[in-house]
Amino acid sequence: MSDHDSTVTQEHSGGKLRARITEPVELLPAAGNGLLGRRSFIKAGLGAAGGIGLMQAVPASAARPGHMRSPGPGMSEYGSPAPAEANVKRIGIGSQRGTTGSGASRSPLEHLHGIVTPSGLHFERHHAGVPEIDPASHNILIHGLVKRPLLFSMDALARYPTVSRLQFLECSGNSGTLLAAEPPQLSCGELHGLVSGSEWGGVPLAVLLDEAGVLPSARWLVAEGADAAVMSRSVPLAKAMDDALVALYQNGERLRPENGYPARLFLPGWEGNMSVKWLRRIYVTAQPAMTKDETSKYSDLQPDGSSLLFTFPMAVKSVITSPSPGLAMQGPGLYQISGIAWSGSGRIRRVDVSADGGKSWVQAALDDLVLPKSLTRFTSAWRWDGSPGVLLSRAVDETGAVQPTRESLMSNRAAGAFYHYNAIQAWRVGEAGEVNNVYV
Amino acid sequence: MFTSKTVGLSLAITFATFVYAAESPNLGTLASAAEIAAYDLTVMPDGTGLPVGSGSVAQGVRLYTEQCLACHGTEGEGGLNDRLAGGHGSLATPAPVKTIGSFWPYATTLFDYIRRAMPYTEPGSLSSDEIYSLTAYLLYINGVVDDEAVMDARVLPEVVMPNGDNFVWAYEP
Repeated sequence: MSDHDSTVTQEHSGGKLRARITEPVELLPAAGNGLLGRRSFIKAGLGAAGGIGLMQAVPASAARPGHMRSPGPGMSEYGSPAPAEANVKRIGIGSQRGTTGSGASRSPLEHLHGIVTPSGLHFERHHAGVPEIDPASHNILIHGLVKRPLLFSMDALARYPTVSRLQFLECSGNSGTLLAAEPPQLSCGELHGLVSGSEWGGVPLAVLLDEAGVLPSARWLVAEGADAAVMSRSVPLAKAMDDALVALYQNGERLRPENGYPARLFLPGWEGNMSVKWLRRIYVTAQPAMTKDETSKYSDLQPDGSSLLFTFPMAVKSVITSPSPGLAMQGPGLYQISGIAWSGSGRIRRVDVSADGGKSWVQAALDDLVLPKSLTRFTSAWRWDGSPGVLLSRAVDETGAVQPTRESLMSNRAAGAFYHYNAIQAWRVGEAGEVNNVYV
Repeated sequence: MFTSKTVGLSLAITFATFVYAAESPNLGTLASAAEIAAYDLTVMPDGTGLPVGSGSVAQGVRLYTEQCLACHGTEGEGGLNDRLAGGHGSLATPAPVKTIGSFWPYATTLFDYIRRAMPYTEPGSLSSDEIYSLTAYLLYINGVVDDEAVMDARVLPEVVMPNGDNFVWAYEP
């Protein structure tokens, strides 16, 4: 698997390939079933076995393959992924029966790296398809409990000072298929791909609300989209004044149509449904509107038959993206376990990894960018000896919240409760190297 | 000594400072009442936002057959899409059935949602009277109102939903 060869570098020298081997460093076991010390993989560089294999002589054609014998194609106006990466696309696409645009697609987490999801691979959740909006005739109305009801054109918004933040967006229905009694045999992205990370840029909603002059009696606002479902959610005014954005940009360019072009609400860390796309209206109110989505859909049934309204923040969560189902092990040896962790309440403080189903744990290394309400990449070195194992990751956020086990999460959950599933994911690695979803 | 003219000017400056946020681009344009009315689709639980008009259960039966039955089934039993009726008393069981009657806390949500999003293939095509009629019918097949019921801006907010007291706010502003 190419991911796991990433520390190997090769140099062409005198017609022969030789591997550059980093100074050997002893890799010390840190937890059961071959988990190694934190950061030990990076320090050690290439393992001895790999080095020996790369010392072999290579055919002459490898020295100058076809693409090095004539000039390649020229420049392009908008680049595309390499043809060999055509399999990396949104997955788990489904729409409610009788519809084509009332459903979701998922990010292929098992094929992605780092903490930014390419915009074209960001998950989608639509209620009535993707509207085609002419930005020149689109406005956002702010009205209700304000001194001055205001209309903002897209040209006007583009002149406002903007902020940019690397943050995740997660549908609160993400991972809900794991409520099934038997573990679904799906890929990491099919199971957990209703989360994506982007650099979101836009105008703080507080700036626009201040210009409209929010009245003292206001406590909520109702955000509404310009799709055919005119999707709407009630949002606490406190969140709007804290860190809400009217997002215009995603990963350096204008929003993609399926992510709300030309403007969307973005509420960091809160359930994705509230970050209303194709934003057309902000209605400032004293009370929530009790829309269909916030009452009949995104509420949480309790075992006693009551329901919780307004469970906004997404809880601390992590998942190992590699190895994972569909990314089979390529024989015993050194591997990098890699995954993402996130919390709607702030930064990730630590992630622990187990290779023996939770009997022992080692603290994973966090990549440099550990940002609030953002995907955080973690890695851990693993010397797989070819015997079966169960991989787990467990995240802790800066508030001290710990990702629960599935058993703990399910112990007090109503049969009809679907949203906010954040339990520890277990991947079983078999002797043949295959990886399967299991409950532990 | 102040003349009436200078007093007027200073008042105007005070007013401007009061209205406009300081040090902000202030590029929004003032929205007229007509513009707001054209945008505003929200119906609040207290009935704010409900339009004039009315509709009966009897009128709703016919409309439901034409506009809703294909996806939601006979008398809201469900089909291609969500079940809309029944399921009463099921919420605390191993097989909860969430419908308008068994689950929804506010009747006003029906008018709000139908007006903004239904029917799926042609949202925005129903008149206020038609939406009131469908609302009345959906409440009727859920046993919330009787077959004589007529819904309008005064009656609808007063409808008490069976599961209305069964919601707890996890967030208090």
